[in-house]
Amino acid sequence: MKEKIIKKEDVEYLGRLARIELTEEEKKKFEKELGKILEYISKLNEVNTENIEPTYHVLPLKNVFRDDIPESSTSKEEILKNAPDKDDDFFKVPRII
Amino acid sequence: METLKLSIWQLRELYKKKEVKPSEVVMSLIEEIYKKDKEIHSYLYINEKAIEQAKKVDEKIAKSENLRELEGIPISIKDNICTKEIPTTCASKILQNFIPPYDATVIERLKNAGAIIIGKTNMDEFAFGSSTENSAFGPTKNPFDLNRVPGGSSGGSTASVASNLCFASLGSDTGGSIRQPSAFCGVVGMKPTYGRVSRYGLVAFASSLDQIGPITKNVRDNTILLKIISGKDKKDSTSVNIEVPDYEKHLGEEIKNLKIGVPKEYFIEGIDREIKEKIFKVLKLLEKEGAIIEEITLPHTSYGIATYYIIATAEASSNLARFDGVKYGYRSKNYKNLFEMYTKTRGEGFGEEVKRRIILGTYVLSSGYYEAYYLKAQKVRTLIKKDFELAFEKVDVIITPTTPELPFKIGEKKDDPLKMYLSDIFTVNVNLSGLPAINIPIGFSLNKLPIGLQIIGNFFKEEEILKVGYVIEKNIKEEKYE
Amino acid sequence: MEDYEIVIGLEVHVELLTKTKMFCSCLTEFGAPPNTHVCPVCTGMPGVLPVINKRAVELALKTAIVFNSEISRFCRFARKNYFYPDLPKNYQISQYEEPLAKGGYLEIDGKRIRFKRIHLEEDAGKLLHSETGFISFVDFNRSGIPLLEMVTEPDIGSPEEAEKFLEKLKQILEYLEISDCNMEEGSLRCDANISVRKKGTKELGVKTEVKNMNSFKSVRKALAYESKRQIEILKRGEKIVQETRLWNEKEEITESMRTKEEAHDYRYFPEPDLVPLEINDGWIEEIRKEIKEMPDERKERFKKDYGISDYDANVLISHKGIADYFEECVKLYNNPKVIANWIMSEILAQIKGKVLKKEEIPLKPEYLVDILKLIEENKITVNTGKEILKEVYNTGLSPCEIVEKKNLLQIQDIELIGKFVEEVIRENEKAINDWKKGKQEVISFLVGQVMRKTKGRANPNIVRNILIEYLKSLK
Repeated sequence: MKEKIIKKEDVEYLGRLARIELTEEEKKKFEKELGKILEYISKLNEVNTENIEPTYHVLPLKNVFRDDIPESSTSKEEILKNAPDKDDDFFKVPRII
Repeated sequence: METLKLSIWQLRELYKKKEVKPSEVVMSLIEEIYKKDKEIHSYLYINEKAIEQAKKVDEKIAKSENLRELEGIPISIKDNICTKEIPTTCASKILQNFIPPYDATVIERLKNAGAIIIGKTNMDEFAFGSSTENSAFGPTKNPFDLNRVPGGSSGGSTASVASNLCFASLGSDTGGSIRQPSAFCGVVGMKPTYGRVSRYGLVAFASSLDQIGPITKNVRDNTILLKIISGKDKKDSTSVNIEVPDYEKHLGEEIKNLKIGVPKEYFIEGIDREIKEKIFKVLKLLEKEGAIIEEITLPHTSYGIATYYIIATAEASSNLARFDGVKYGYRSKNYKNLFEMYTKTRGEGFGEEVKRRIILGTYVLSSGYYEAYYLKAQKVRTLIKKDFELAFEKVDVIITPTTPELPFKIGEKKDDPLKMYLSDIFTVNVNLSGLPAINIPIGFSLNKLPIGLQIIGNFFKEEEILKVGYVIEKNIKEEKYE
Repeated sequence: MEDYEIVIGLEVHVELLTKTKMFCSCLTEFGAPPNTHVCPVCTGMPGVLPVINKRAVELALKTAIVFNSEISRFCRFARKNYFYPDLPKNYQISQYEEPLAKGGYLEIDGKRIRFKRIHLEEDAGKLLHSETGFISFVDFNRSGIPLLEMVTEPDIGSPEEAEKFLEKLKQILEYLEISDCNMEEGSLRCDANISVRKKGTKELGVKTEVKNMNSFKSVRKALAYESKRQIEILKRGEKIVQETRLWNEKEEITESMRTKEEAHDYRYFPEPDLVPLEINDGWIEEIRKEIKEMPDERKERFKKDYGISDYDANVLISHKGIADYFEECVKLYNNPKVIANWIMSEILAQIKGKVLKKEEIPLKPEYLVDILKLIEENKITVNTGKEILKEVYNTGLSPCEIVEKKNLLQIQDIELIGKFVEEVIRENEKAINDWKKGKQEVISFLVGQVMRKTKGRANPNIVRNILIEYLKSLK
């Protein structure tokens, strides 16, 4: 029996890392589907990439900067406008632990 | 109103000649949307303020003032492009009530040209999908067959253009999300060269692949829109400082001796027969116009999907981390502490496909797997890009099918994500390489479903693919293809 | 204790003195009301993109040049992915495999402390915790401020050396206007890695990470405590647990963090929204030219050319702006020792620790010199001089204008002073009786009374002499 590429515990761990709570059903589903997808993806191993540089950017751009000049910032009210929980000055979040 | 079926350049003429008023157009458009869009569901939000804006243009026209390039033209915008004070949801529950405090750069440019934003269109959630079935607010239907998908992820945009519920739209393309739905809906959809159009304000999916592009009823309209949105933006470090040509001027140029490459890897088994036939007909037509058809090879084509899904999901998993219930958007009500606030907000706010891709993307970047997956994929990407670079030493443009299949039925591929991913086979390699490509509608199947053809150009050579597309479009009209 | 040696490595973060943030044009000024120096970019809104602040790169290169680091010709930014409310995008744009510079060193007392790497990154926002502890408040003013991360090799051999290292680092970075290195304001943060081993062993012992130190002094105290704690554990034959420990300033101990944290998997990958930096020799030379004289060199020159003490020279060169100001004043008035004194006692207090350029110091060199000349010519007293200095700050008028306006010229007229002395003697019978009984302190009191009557304008020495004459004549 072929060893599973990805197991339910892996999916759980990844969910924690990505801060997404998955239902039991989702964990089982993803274990199956991601297994299939990862198997398909492994066909990249057929390709010889010795001495090939990765392409992190398709264009040969370098040294794109901005000058250290202040521009008007967005108002506090606008930035806080969409916040789910806030007071006049701050975003509010629950305790860490 | 017959006016709604016109193209941009035709509507402009009517405005200039004072034969119709922008406010009349907008009002009848909104009326039509309320009527027709119940079935199609291409819009998520209709901008009622458009009427006031149109009335201002009425005044301008009445005073015979100079009109800007898109003055009074109603355009729809895919809902992952930020529009100030207009909800921008990315078709996701997690951004359900988000109203951006700023406009994307492309929106600023449209507004500066006088365009009227008529509404925001439906899409696959966060642009993850090829059918617009992944929207949290219900799917969009294909205007040509309401039981079929319009394609995705810009399905709402292409459907709105195809059903004359706007005069043009802006979509986004990461792995084919403009071109594939354009093919399914029979409209012209362009993905510009990476860096041609600013990404500032486009809610990021895969930063090294995303581009915004115009979706229009015809090629000329596409050139008009492309010119306006293109150009260097200092807010986008990946946008390029290359002069923007007057694309429209190139339409009508001859294509004598133009070399057209036809890659053998794109004409394999499994492509719908009718699509193949129509494409060969078009190739013959182009030969008649003097172009030279040459078979080329793009050897790494079959590795595109695997490469794409590693890179795109990796970048997406990081780009979507910001949706956490802290600063904007949805926040769960059932949490005891910070960790739960994160996990429940994202678990409840994201749809299934989004969760699936984030998990996959997290996996391929994680410790121990980075080299085998992400790094490996970026290397294969180099080889895919090199294939094209070598091909363009021999040919000027490349022609392929846009999709291997005709628009499929709603629900047909939902239970098999991998099957859904494989429908991107002809479009992803273009994004991986950063090249420009356009979908040109070339007719209909026997059961009246649109068929599209893809033209791929060299870096920053949009004018080449547009001019070829124009020739095809003209000839198809003249020969009265179905 | 003597048969063990201590091994310390430091990880320092300094906020760079740019006007705007690392990736957006918001202001970096400290102390603004919460969430007022913010924009969509530094608050991680959907659709935003970063753009690199060129000045931040220049300051980073300057630092690398000064410490003789090897500057990468080609470097990249990377994303460090983790979730925290003060991190708006839930990833930090930093540098990973290709940092700006590697190697280099800082010398203290002839010993070289080597750097492992120097790289650029963006700061996170600030979290404030409510009193009940149920809610935290997020302020993004600090989010996106440019940080330079500097990691040393484990070359530091004692807590005292660590403190010296930080002081020297601050002196150099402040002098070069790269950062004001103020731990209390958070523009310098320091974490330490510390281990101990028996003298003569080559292998490093198990190290612990120490965090939450808020001043150079607490760095020294924390590392002293931790090294002692580790040595005692080893002496007992037990093993050191590799862990992170927090310095508790109140109790003066380090405490284990004890949270069951999964080791962070930051999933670093190159930042796709930013293109790489290519740093050529030309650019490095341009920046090298900005560094005209190193602080140590200038200190020695001050001691030699101006004859001021080592201590004074140290203070003067702590800010390049102050050092420049000092030299400008000396050009106008060749009394370096007096000028140095005045700068240290009066002017430094006025600028309250801010790192300013010479032009920004709110007292023109000519004005300081005017005051010193007036004192030298006995036209005003030293105290009056100090008053005038304050007035110049408040009004911006020149010292001469102020002297005119307020009629502050020193009273030297002996007859006039004599009159005041007579008055004071008449009004202070008890004091005179005390003096007659032999209490010498009375004289200072009486001088003070005369000074009060003349509103500080009388020359105190003359007053004293005249007073003593009068008192003598009373006997």
